Amino acid sequence: MSKSLNIALLGNPNTGKTSLFNSLTGLSQKVGNYPGITVEKKEGICMLNRTTKGHIIDLPGTYSLNASSIDESVVIETLLNKTGKDFPDVSVVVTDVENLKRNLLLFTQVKDLGIPTLLVINMADQMKRKGISLDIPVLEKALDTKIALISTRDNKGLEVFKETILNYRKFSTDPSISIETIDKEYFQNLGKAFPNQSIYKLWLVVTQDVNFIKIDRKRVSDATDFKTVTPSYLKRLQQKETIKRYQFINNVLKQGLKVDRESATDLRSRFDRVLIHKFWGYIIFFIILATIFQSIFDWSSIPMDFIDSTFANLSETLKNKLPRGVFTSLLTEGIIPGLGGIVIFIPQIAFLFLFISILEETGYMSRVVFLMDRGLRKFGLSGKSVIPLISGTACAIPAVMATRNIENWKERLITILVTPFTTCSARLPVYAILISLVIPEGSFFGLNYKGLMLMTLYLIGFGMALFAAWILSKTLSIKSKSYFVVELPNYKIPLLKNVGITVWEKTRTFVTEAGKIILAISILLWILASYGPGRNFNEADQIVLQNYPELNQEEMEIKVNSYKLENSYIGILGKTLEPLISPLGYDWKIGIALISSFAAREVFVGTLATIYSVENDVEDTIKNKMASEVRANGEPLFNLASGISLMLFYAFAMQCMSTLAIVKKETNSWKWPTIQLFGMTILAYIIAFLTYQFLA
Amino acid sequence: MIRLDKLSPGVKAEIEKIDTDKLPLKLIEMGCLPGNLISIVQKAPFNDPLYIKIDESHLAIRKETAKDIFVRLI
Repeated sequence: MSKSLNIALLGNPNTGKTSLFNSLTGLSQKVGNYPGITVEKKEGICMLNRTTKGHIIDLPGTYSLNASSIDESVVIETLLNKTGKDFPDVSVVVTDVENLKRNLLLFTQVKDLGIPTLLVINMADQMKRKGISLDIPVLEKALDTKIALISTRDNKGLEVFKETILNYRKFSTDPSISIETIDKEYFQNLGKAFPNQSIYKLWLVVTQDVNFIKIDRKRVSDATDFKTVTPSYLKRLQQKETIKRYQFINNVLKQGLKVDRESATDLRSRFDRVLIHKFWGYIIFFIILATIFQSIFDWSSIPMDFIDSTFANLSETLKNKLPRGVFTSLLTEGIIPGLGGIVIFIPQIAFLFLFISILEETGYMSRVVFLMDRGLRKFGLSGKSVIPLISGTACAIPAVMATRNIENWKERLITILVTPFTTCSARLPVYAILISLVIPEGSFFGLNYKGLMLMTLYLIGFGMALFAAWILSKTLSIKSKSYFVVELPNYKIPLLKNVGITVWEKTRTFVTEAGKIILAISILLWILASYGPGRNFNEADQIVLQNYPELNQEEMEIKVNSYKLENSYIGILGKTLEPLISPLGYDWKIGIALISSFAAREVFVGTLATIYSVENDVEDTIKNKMASEVRANGEPLFNLASGISLMLFYAFAMQCMSTLAIVKKETNSWKWPTIQLFGMTILAYIIAFLTYQFLA
Repeated sequence: MIRLDKLSPGVKAEIEKIDTDKLPLKLIEMGCLPGNLISIVQKAPFNDPLYIKIDESHLAIRKETAKDIFVRLI
């Protein structure tokens, strides 16, 4: 019989908590959401010994148990909810050997909750280089806990960690400090009002926005003795508590920690001197961005061409091998081209996530926050908006969630509203195929035109985000207290494992989530395109024969197919829409793709692929099919004018239902997503219209 | 005693006094407390934000926040 143990991982950001989690659970981890909220929940299984399974929860990084964001509230709620299924049997506080003092603040708070708590000191391999020496037995005694020294970088200490944690029942659960001594009268009253409860837990309920079993916050704040306490007084008490904890920690570290500054080598200041230099810092940032976008385009073209032709061959082969019928045509004209339209973009999406996770892992991202804060504030944003704006290049959904650590509500709201302008990976497929169709070969100072066009589109996205932010900051009248605290962590060489897991996890989610929608839409489109009402669709053969008796058999087949498509359900829908979009340079088939893009932008390519497959039996790559589309006057449908107009439409329009849903959740109102939907889409229409009229 | 935003980069100082009501608790918890060592590592263009070091913590804060921290040169 195997036992299962709930283990909660806690720790300040940048301590290697997630690295430990990755080392323990590897690919067995699951990423989901906490019920009702959009905070990411990471959990996984790790065998501690032959009979005991560890169910490990990687709680969001936090500096203390005083929550300043919804992510941090999750930590407190998990630790306070004794009946919850994730309530830890043992909690593990991960600390960084170089920042032990500050990291221990959280440790003392967690220990005071009465949960058995193991202290993990990470980056033990760095101690010698940094001139740090620790006296573990002394520290264990002074902190009244067990300590495990690990190094996630070279996977050391994990076995000892597992052994130690199995003895969790023997860990002391006595508090580090007695909170009552901060203000005897206040805490005595609190204890009297709610007897048989831990004073520290009560104190957390008073100061935080959390509930825990049997005591709800309202009752605590309504209890007579506390009404008189002002927020300012509470904050003073919190400060006193912090001072008291630091006194305890300083005393502990005096006994067990020695730092020899002489032997410390300072890599940080050498890097910082260049990377956040007043001039070179910005140049370097720009070069890094340019390199990323160039390589996304260049490196992924080979696997993409391969995938494109593989899917075309697959369709062709299946069509020849399988018996003719409804099922075969659904498979070869609906499902396979639709899926091909998503699989093809795996290389680009994986590269994008690779770069973003490297920027975060190295510690460079927070330098960018520092560099950009002042400039972005002019647009009503915060330096911290950089992270949503850059991760928005992957997907607006996590980007909107990443705004949570922006402390100022107005800055945060503006960031949420403008983030969907940044070029997300779902636009990439649309851009990629249109660029390869309409932008000529050639290069400019070694940068090829196609790469430059892609980069321009990214810049247009960022530019519009900034412009919209500026307008919003001038028009929204929201007063909110502003502050800004960012940690600038040490530079680190990214751990291959962490980067690999991030890329795998995000790409997998993207493909399965988008894949589901695309599969459903492909099937729906195939049905709508393969059936139609009335005589025009069902007697297409005779009608075409009557009107064009001179055609040979092959020409006749093509004519019949396209006549059928025009009169299918989807054709009728597209034709109805055509007057609205023809001034933008689009035909009714593009119109269908635009409509289905409101489910998800990346559907665009798959939709066109499905429509063209139904229309034309010849199996070919998506790109070649698009290239051979012509207008009534014989000109190619996708030329410079319509291509650029289409790209700009996708750049600005709000075509993502999932983003609207997340904005609704994060802003807690329908007002903001509605503004986004109409504001962005109308803007897109106007700009696409002007572009096409000017270029055509 | 001077305001933190007036401190020159690289000069070591000790925190003398903080404006508890105005400073975010998060900053206090990160070690911004009287008695702790503080210095400015670097200033961004237009001297805002400030890259500061409190004990072993490296943080960036805005100039307006720095105005609520008072330090003594050592």
